[in-house]
Amino acid sequence: MTTEIPRYFLEMTAQEVRLCGLLLQEHFGDVVEKVGTHLIRSGVLTLRALAHETKLALDLVKKSLCVLVQHGMCTFGPGRRGPAGPVEYRINCERILHMLRYPRYIYTAKSLYGDTGELIIEEILQRGQMTMSSTVKTVADRLTHNMPEGQSMDYSEVVSAFSRLVETHFLQRCPPMASAGSSSSGAVDTSLPVVTQPAEPESNPECYKLPYINLTGQGKRRRSSEDGEDDQRAAKKAKTDNSQCGDEGIYWQVNFLRFHLHFRDQAIISAVSCKLDQTSSEIVRTMLRMSEVTTPAHAAFTQALSANEIFRSLPSNYNIARPILDQYLTLLVDDPMEFVGKTGDSGGGMYVVNLHRALANLARATLESVVQERFGSRSARIFRLLLRKRHLEQKQVEDFAMVPAKEAKDMLYTLLSENLVQLQEVPKTPDYAPSRTFYLYTVNQLPTARLLLQHCYKTIGNLIERRLYETKENKRLLEKSQRIEAILASLQATGAETAQLTEVEEMITAPERQQLESLRHHINKLDSSENQVDETIFLLESYINSTQASR
Amino acid sequence: MAGKGRGIAAFTFNIEALGLSRGSMPETQRGPTPLFPQIEYKPGPLKAGEDEDYMRALKQEMRGRMKDLPFNIKPHAGKGDVERYKEKYTREIKRIEDDNWTPDWNYLPKELKPQKKIIRKKRDTKTNAKVSSKDKEELLNKLDALEKKGDVKSDDEEDEAKGEKKENDEEGEEEEIEGEFDEELEEENDYIANYFEDGDDYGGGSDDNMDEATY
Repeated sequence: MTTEIPRYFLEMTAQEVRLCGLLLQEHFGDVVEKVGTHLIRSGVLTLRALAHETKLALDLVKKSLCVLVQHGMCTFGPGRRGPAGPVEYRINCERILHMLRYPRYIYTAKSLYGDTGELIIEEILQRGQMTMSSTVKTVADRLTHNMPEGQSMDYSEVVSAFSRLVETHFLQRCPPMASAGSSSSGAVDTSLPVVTQPAEPESNPECYKLPYINLTGQGKRRRSSEDGEDDQRAAKKAKTDNSQCGDEGIYWQVNFLRFHLHFRDQAIISAVSCKLDQTSSEIVRTMLRMSEVTTPAHAAFTQALSANEIFRSLPSNYNIARPILDQYLTLLVDDPMEFVGKTGDSGGGMYVVNLHRALANLARATLESVVQERFGSRSARIFRLLLRKRHLEQKQVEDFAMVPAKEAKDMLYTLLSENLVQLQEVPKTPDYAPSRTFYLYTVNQLPTARLLLQHCYKTIGNLIERRLYETKENKRLLEKSQRIEAILASLQATGAETAQLTEVEEMITAPERQQLESLRHHINKLDSSENQVDETIFLLESYINSTQASR
Repeated sequence: MAGKGRGIAAFTFNIEALGLSRGSMPETQRGPTPLFPQIEYKPGPLKAGEDEDYMRALKQEMRGRMKDLPFNIKPHAGKGDVERYKEKYTREIKRIEDDNWTPDWNYLPKELKPQKKIIRKKRDTKTNAKVSSKDKEELLNKLDALEKKGDVKSDDEEDEAKGEKKENDEEGEEEEIEGEFDEELEEENDYIANYFEDGDDYGGGSDDNMDEATY
């Protein structure tokens, strides 16, 4: 079974480092950002070296590392000097970049398992890892808060949503530590490092096993300020009561790989739906669903399914006759996108979904679309041509693309300067004499995809920086607006008259209001753009990983 | 790149093969490219829809929320001398949680655990040593003086002195708990403290942190 190649073993590019830094700062503050960025740049470091090189106080560095490990963004293990030497820490860049995708994970959970699922995933993402019992309590409280007065969310409902997330592998246990026992001997804290690093989560056979917890009750409503103190004390007490539930020490984390497989399937299904029709996409959806558990993570294609099986597994509201299904399958197989392949004739025909092919085609479509949007449809035509025909001479490009010579030259030169097209020299004579050498234009999909991926990272970095700039420029106004909102809220809570409210509202002048509105609009656009660039990042990353895994 | 054609561009390869001609060369750069160049093809509009709006809202909420969690580590801003009145309410409204988030130490290397006791004790013993040596002298003097007056009084004063020491210890411990992550002085490193000539003011300096300001 192929496993994901851990990207933190490879060099991180400048753009990735920059983006990771921005994301760390946004979520965890400047201190963690400094520690994290330095660790990314240096590769692997001990605590002492890290503190010394960042010139930060030791306790701050310790705290930062705790935060990073808690969120799975940093791993540790025995260093170069072996188990007796100091512990070394290493950053997991990939995991930091996943923070861009948090909204997508949460929204997916919502669409699959409702509001409860949504909040479960949100809480666990925010805290890195949580026990089942504390998740259930926190989520129940949050749901109760939004319910009408008098109603509350029962713990059992949240437990069942949690269970479903675990059963479908969207949540998994954090890998256990092998030598955790050394701490319980009661000895004085020595500097003996924990020798083993957490292994891959799925190597733990209990990875998806739900613990038995002793938890009954309902969510508690958070009251307003009068009862605040009592409530806070109660809440604190509740937090420390975790040990009574029976699942202490069992932490759960989001299984990103599983979400990614889901996104991949979604992308394939929607591509089929766009290219062909709804029914075809339902057939592909069925095939993917059937092979969910049997297909390893980076497989090039699903397990072979017979037409008989597919027919039996189609959703009940899809009443198509058996011969029609066969026709659809043939259509899918014959389509140049090669979504589905036929591997045999038994059982009415054996079919697979070509996962790698599909991803490659999606990536190709993305590249072509980028060229088209940036350089026009004729440049795109040249690009597509080179993708298909591999190597072409200048003259051939002009002829095949049906573009006049002068413009073809211009476009090729532009694409060349953007590194989207490469020039290859093929000598006729061993002395590489220019007059006796073929100069061929070529496009290579994999390196081009990598290039585009770097552009995407840079783009998001720019988007974030711009957003920070906009926020900073309007800091005074934003603070004023927040203060006034707070005043309005408290006035409304104490039942003030409309006249008073209007008076407060008027403290923001009309041009200020306009400025705020425009700022909000900009920030919304920037945020939305980040999310959408991340969709492209996901496609390209999936394609690149799939290609590497299949080599 | 151009050859040594004395200002005339000469190429090492046959540019005809590429389909280019001398006349169609692009102009030479006269300076850096503009920061915001004119783009020929404007980018398309963003996807707009319920899904996108919801995800954007999720993103913004999460950004705000993460700032209030204890994972957001602030640099050592001087902890205000007095907790401001509004802080208590700000914390409640924004659901800012206590800074004392404790990870499960079973899953982390031992060295990441904040090590308070060892250090504080050292400091205490230093200062206590100095204080107690002073005290001892004073005590002895007092005892001597009071021996003549009577035993009862000296006991009282001894108790007082002991009480003071206990208080100091308690204060020290309290500070330990409060300032759990506050030690900045001692690090576990190879540099033995004795190599430094601390100077006479060293002990006095740290004393200031422990006691209330004296006027």
